[in-house]
Amino acid sequence: MTAVELAGATETPHPPDTDPVLDVRGLRMRYGAVDVLHGVDFTARRGEVLALLGPNGAGKSTTIEILEGFRLRSAGEVRVLGTDPARGDEAWRARLGVVLQSWRDHGRWLVGDLLTHLGSYYAPYATAAIRRPWPTADLLDTVGLTGQAGRRVNQLSGGQRRRLDVAVGIVGRPELLFLDEPTVGFDPAARREFHDLVHRLADLDETTILVTTHDLDEAEKLADRILILAGGRVIADGSADELSRRVAGKAEIRWSVDGERFVHAATDATGFVRELFAQHGDAVADLEVRRASLEDAYMTLVREHESGGRTDTALRVLRGEEER
Amino acid sequence: MNATTMAVRAGLRRGVIELRNTLSSGQDLWNFAFPTVILMATMFFTRGLTVPGTDFSLGARTLPSSFGMGIAFAGMLILAQQLIIDREDGTLLRAKATPNGMLGYLIGKIVLNSVLAVAGLLAQLLIALLFLDGLRIDSPAAWVTLAWVLVLGLVATLPLGAVIGSLIENPRNMGLVMLPTMGLIGLSGIFYPVSVFPGWVQAVAQVFPIYWLGLGMRSALLPDSLAAVEIGGSWRHLETVAVLGAWAAVGLLLAPVVLRRMARRESGSRVAARREKAMQRAM
Repeated sequence: MTAVELAGATETPHPPDTDPVLDVRGLRMRYGAVDVLHGVDFTARRGEVLALLGPNGAGKSTTIEILEGFRLRSAGEVRVLGTDPARGDEAWRARLGVVLQSWRDHGRWLVGDLLTHLGSYYAPYATAAIRRPWPTADLLDTVGLTGQAGRRVNQLSGGQRRRLDVAVGIVGRPELLFLDEPTVGFDPAARREFHDLVHRLADLDETTILVTTHDLDEAEKLADRILILAGGRVIADGSADELSRRVAGKAEIRWSVDGERFVHAATDATGFVRELFAQHGDAVADLEVRRASLEDAYMTLVREHESGGRTDTALRVLRGEEER
Repeated sequence: MNATTMAVRAGLRRGVIELRNTLSSGQDLWNFAFPTVILMATMFFTRGLTVPGTDFSLGARTLPSSFGMGIAFAGMLILAQQLIIDREDGTLLRAKATPNGMLGYLIGKIVLNSVLAVAGLLAQLLIALLFLDGLRIDSPAAWVTLAWVLVLGLVATLPLGAVIGSLIENPRNMGLVMLPTMGLIGLSGIFYPVSVFPGWVQAVAQVFPIYWLGLGMRSALLPDSLAAVEIGGSWRHLETVAVLGAWAAVGLLLAPVVLRRMARRESGSRVAARREKAMQRAM
């Protein structure tokens, strides 16, 4: 292919690295008289993995569908890969990957046929930097479905089907990938492999990834940054570490001296442990310092929001984020 | 190569793959063969009866008529049903999430249903020739007529199928279209000449494409003397082209608008909601 033939690919210019891949400001969504999103703001850089958490009905799906260009927003500024998703053309679409929860499609197709076929739509959108599509054999190997290439899609197990969904989502080598509860139904090994794949996409290919999940452990492992959405607003935005530290300031310290066990909660865990050793020296055993987990942070934030107290902790977290 | 050309090619390939998937599935093959078996049995048992006012075999008259019916079925009902199912299981949303995927999807469906319609027609013809006589299969003119009626018929019915499939969201509501179509087939002179029916029945039948598809196919394969049994005592090619052409024009104007509207509304949560409903139905 020559450069001229690739004209379609250059219609939407590649954003410079400094431009955010996702730029959402004051996003609002209203169904009839009900406001589902009241002014959502966030951005994502290239290669960043963002987890969107929140209770059911918080507006996660709506937000994602607006970004995917599947739903029209009521108000606000949204830029996805530099383009308004409401006006995204096919060249823009070619740079996105979507993995939804409820695919049951193409049941009678062979796994290999399906990937090759769907991949072929992306070929005209290849650029010098990004070869599109992902070659089928490579892709099958990447998601661990090489042995299933000749199987019918409806004969796959639940976990295999999910991995195929992921493969279809990345067959066009997307610059931005949406993952909606990607590991539901995975066994622990498959989940680990999937997490490795996500890290590889983000680190090697600089794919920006927006993942929704209810699994806080997964969010912590996958995401560079976590957004908590509740009641149609972003109530927290930061790394798992930042969120846990700001919300629950105290760490739990467990130790034993001469076989007797102790537990203590302290804000300055390091200082407390230093003190501990100064006092008991070598007698201290079984030392364990446990920070508040993301789960603790999440529960605190969401509970506070639901009881109308979002002004204290949640805002503190947001403000902390700005100071950074 | 530009993206649209690429998508058209992908669509053609898609049709071929879907065709292969259909042919390699026992269930699909049976769904495809079952109506043929019923039709063959009907023709076999009515081969000794005659078309009223002639000594021509009623079974042999049914064969071309059922070609016409088959095209209407493939174009309208089967395509509509596929669209409804593909919307429910997320195939359409997948097409929408793929660059130029909707174009490829539609071309694939057109290829699949056109080839299946032609294959069905040839299968019926080959089997029927074992026990039916008097069809003009050795006349080149007959094949030319058959070809243009076939093409015009598909162009007239496929867009209608796309419109029907886009408007119906719940697979259960397919009956709303299926039953009237069955009734219409009864009125459209497929199994018995419409000229013996009351005038209002004839009038209704002549509004819809099924009657004209049957008539066109009969004009191709039956001896000219059989035209006497038809309305106006003629094969009425001009009227056939006019009515089928009008349906084609309406369909081609409406289909893109309705399809686009339907596709625009597709999203993950809609597919999920539909899936939940389907699960409740299954309970």
